[in-house]
Amino acid sequence: MSASSPTKSMTIGESGLTLTFAVTAFLCVFAAAKALDTAFAFHASLAAAASAASVFFILNRYFERGELPAQEINGRPNYNLGPIKFSSFMAMFWGIAGFAVGLIIASQLAWPALNFDLPWTSFGRLRPLHTSAVIFAFGGNVLLATSFYVVQRTCRVRLAGDLAPWFVVVGYNFFILIAGTGYLLGVTEGKEYAEPEWYSDLWLTIVWVVYLLVFLTTIIKRKEPHIFVANWFYLAFIVTIAVLHLGNNPALPVSFFGSKSYIAWGGVQDAMFQWWYGHNAVGFFLTAGFLAIMYYFIPKRAERPVYSYRLSIIHFWALIFLYIWAGPHHLHYTALPDWTQTLGMTFSIMLWMPSWGGMINGLMTLSGAWDKLRTDPVLRMLVVSVAFYGMSTFEGPMMSIKVVNSLSHYTDWTIGHVHSGALGWVGFVSFGALYCLVPWIWNRKGLYSLKLVNWHFWTATLGIVLYISAMWVSGILQGLMWRSYTALGFLEYSFIETVEAMHPFYIIRAAGGALFLIGSLIMAYNLWMTVRVGEEEVQSPVALQPAE
Amino acid sequence: MKPIIAIENIASSLVTTLWTPIFFAIFIAIVTYALWPRNKAAFDEAASMPLREE
Repeated sequence: MSASSPTKSMTIGESGLTLTFAVTAFLCVFAAAKALDTAFAFHASLAAAASAASVFFILNRYFERGELPAQEINGRPNYNLGPIKFSSFMAMFWGIAGFAVGLIIASQLAWPALNFDLPWTSFGRLRPLHTSAVIFAFGGNVLLATSFYVVQRTCRVRLAGDLAPWFVVVGYNFFILIAGTGYLLGVTEGKEYAEPEWYSDLWLTIVWVVYLLVFLTTIIKRKEPHIFVANWFYLAFIVTIAVLHLGNNPALPVSFFGSKSYIAWGGVQDAMFQWWYGHNAVGFFLTAGFLAIMYYFIPKRAERPVYSYRLSIIHFWALIFLYIWAGPHHLHYTALPDWTQTLGMTFSIMLWMPSWGGMINGLMTLSGAWDKLRTDPVLRMLVVSVAFYGMSTFEGPMMSIKVVNSLSHYTDWTIGHVHSGALGWVGFVSFGALYCLVPWIWNRKGLYSLKLVNWHFWTATLGIVLYISAMWVSGILQGLMWRSYTALGFLEYSFIETVEAMHPFYIIRAAGGALFLIGSLIMAYNLWMTVRVGEEEVQSPVALQPAE
Repeated sequence: MKPIIAIENIASSLVTTLWTPIFFAIFIAIVTYALWPRNKAAFDEAASMPLREE
């Protein structure tokens, strides 16, 4: 209080959000009281508590603060690092949680007794918890943290908004909490990677629009005339996810006070929309967003300029024009019209080129700095991620070819393909970015231990290799067993025989997942120690002070 | 009302027929912009933007 000047007054954001959250808290208590099912009552209560807590935190922050943080200090931008720190922390937390749940369900497939015969721990509920935790919670927080960092740095301005960036990072994590607990309680729309029910979807829409506004406004007020390519990729990611989310979720709630809703359209239309959404979530969440990370963090870590800026422009627009059509390859040999399947396949094959444009650009950025791979395990992690990106973007188009798909579809080959992209590309590029980011934003000279990064790298790499090779063998085995006939024209194997044949590979896969999880625990310890005991960086103390 | 509907039909069928060449033209324009020799210096500078921070 003492620091406040007599002119201090609430910003529109502070007073508006306080009022909104106060009203929301009241409405949520009302909704909880009227709830038709326990899951809805639980979520409404959570939302009421979170709204009340938000009112408290906003008011407390207002009474504690002096003037609003300066846009610049001594002519240099006063970067806003608080929300980035929060997202980085949450990324590590959700990462470990998501990998752990992945290990549990991998073990359940090998040893079904681990279902424990409880509804909350059944595979069907834990599986969306795993996918959402790793993609949207871990990956999403990495994207929030890095996008807020990169856009400030490359625009040379402080992040737009005062409370808005906090609203985005905290609001997004609250969405994850609602979605995740919902899966455990059996609340789901049943659409893969779009499981959250209508009220979580509405909340995510609000958060995402604010995210877009914060990002755009920061770009608009930039001091740097050129918009760096990483920001183009981030913007494509934010805009397209908004479009996909709205397109795939026009659901009608059965009641305002219940968790169940039904999608506006059914049948094959729903399936087509769902995989338009699903594959573009891969294209714009797991690809465009993480390519943005690649374009900033690899040049920064290798201390080399982007190999070809021209290639970055061309492959960016090629990705944008092509990706949006590739979804139907998820629906080969279904009720989807044949021409639509062929269209999806054709665009998927064409996507190979812009994908490899990105890979070549990322790898060649190391020109003249390849020796750093020997000494810097963080850079090695980033580069190996790009190699995995190249591998899975070759495998993907190949699997989208209908004759290949007739073997691979519904088998473990798909799971292997997804994980070479998810663990190898998205996981490693995220780890590399966090290893760079944490010392920067906590103002540390470097990481606590590069040796531990090395351990993480090799443990996780071994885990990935075990995982994907097990799934290749298991998937192709499964596909071949399904399609083999006897001389009399009968199916040669019963379903249970294929399950039995896959058992050893499920154990290998679980072992791979365990190694990947151990690697992430090593990472969490390393980052924790970096923040706790790392040596503080002393250069230019004025401009690099965090605002909080 | 009928004439308006007819015009809409013509417009929508034109767009649905033409979007492939329109998108293709936009893409060619982007490629031309990216490869235009006079833009090279600006792109080379942009390529090292992450390295030029204070």
